[in-house]
Amino acid sequence: MYETSDIRKGLKIKMDGDPWIVVDFQFVKPGKGTAFTRVRLKNLRTGQVLERTFKTGERLEEANLEEHRAQYLYNDGEDFHFMDQESYEQISIPRKVMGDAALFLMENMVVDILFYEGTPMNVELPTFIEAEITYTEPGMRGDTATGATKSATINTGATLQVPLFLNQGDWIRIDTRDGTYVERVKK
Amino acid sequence: MAPSFPPSTRRELLLRNLPLRGSLLRALREFFWEEGFLEVETPIACASPGVEVHLSPFRLEGPGLRHESRWLTTSPEFHMKRLLATGMDRIFQVTRAFRAGERGDRHNPEFTIVEWYRVGVDYRAIQDDCERLVQHLARVLGIRESPEIPSVRAALILEGPWPRTSFQEAFRRAGAPDPFPLDPEARDLLLVERVEPTLGRGRPEFLVEYPADQASLARLSERDPRVAERFELYGAGLELANGFTEVLDADEYLRRCREDLEARRALGLVEPPVDMRYVEALRSGLPPCAGVALGFDRVAMLLLGAARIDEVLAFPFEDA
Repeated sequence: MYETSDIRKGLKIKMDGDPWIVVDFQFVKPGKGTAFTRVRLKNLRTGQVLERTFKTGERLEEANLEEHRAQYLYNDGEDFHFMDQESYEQISIPRKVMGDAALFLMENMVVDILFYEGTPMNVELPTFIEAEITYTEPGMRGDTATGATKSATINTGATLQVPLFLNQGDWIRIDTRDGTYVERVKK
Repeated sequence: MAPSFPPSTRRELLLRNLPLRGSLLRALREFFWEEGFLEVETPIACASPGVEVHLSPFRLEGPGLRHESRWLTTSPEFHMKRLLATGMDRIFQVTRAFRAGERGDRHNPEFTIVEWYRVGVDYRAIQDDCERLVQHLARVLGIRESPEIPSVRAALILEGPWPRTSFQEAFRRAGAPDPFPLDPEARDLLLVERVEPTLGRGRPEFLVEYPADQASLARLSERDPRVAERFELYGAGLELANGFTEVLDADEYLRRCREDLEARRALGLVEPPVDMRYVEALRSGLPPCAGVALGFDRVAMLLLGAARIDEVLAFPFEDA
């Protein structure tokens, strides 16, 4: 159990059956009155963000969370299969749990899998990945200033917006947190 | 709390804010001397830090403290009123007060308190003092319309009188339920969540006529005994000062202490001793008086446009 004085950014607690992470917190107290801690929490399962105010002295339940580093092997259309890098056991993650992470997954990629009470709950990819453009309209030279973009498909199958000067076969760096193009890379 | 700034930015911030803080301190002392106040000093390590339910005192350790406890003061009020009982009639001091566990963007467990008293007046005279003091500080700082003070219109600080709003009216205005029938905890939650952010927008604002159960050491109003002669000053949603017309009756004071100590016991909190020398001072005759504690760091925040108390402190708690 945690107390309100243990509240820090990044603290993980269990509330209403779900794991939550403290995004931000604020101590509030009228000079002569009761002290409270107002906490901004993010649901680690659904991503929902909300504010809760706890009275000083209130107790908060610890969330039973574990993170495992694992390497991607393959998917069978239903589940995605990984190998735990410590125990070498296979881990299966349903497509629903993979969410958008499935869009940028590549063979042998090493990811972090978050388990909540023994069940895989979230897959975190490396923040930046490099991928090859497998299809896009031919490049247009000299148009780097306008910020205009076109759509491109990469070797993981995902589609994203890229600048006009890029061509099929080019390699690019992508930010997996929001799935956006960062820069061209030389291969 | 993690440091809010990279060191170089923090250094620049302090090089801007600390000289201004120093000028405010000097201007504040000049204000009181010119008003005919005497500057006094009272103990920081004291025998009783007060027994209020929602204040956690630091207890000192060391040789000689096994049989007689010493605590860091949470407020200089008891000692200052003992000085009034000896015959002084206008006193002020600038000192440090300590409240364990109070840490956040607006709180540091060690903070600078400005406390002053006048004999023969009620809390309205002290409200006037607050208004004139903060206006004096704003003028000394050369405050004018400034994008650095976004939430308070600087011109309005200088333009009085500031509104006096009753506790009940402030709740109504914020769309919160009538505070009087509520239990104190629910009321405090509404106060911090809904009402405080609306207080002192534009020009600073006094919250007056507190419910009697929030009287602390304030006298109950003769006109309406459901309310206490207690006020708080707010600027831009920030609580700046808390003052009252003082309770003079020793038995009334002891009754409130007993209630607080019972509440502390029920919550499993430490029960510091009641300051019997203060009770003796009340019995010997404390003249009718009113006084206030003003958070100097908070006033500096308001006037310097700081969002966090750390911006006006040379060494915040974690760095102390």
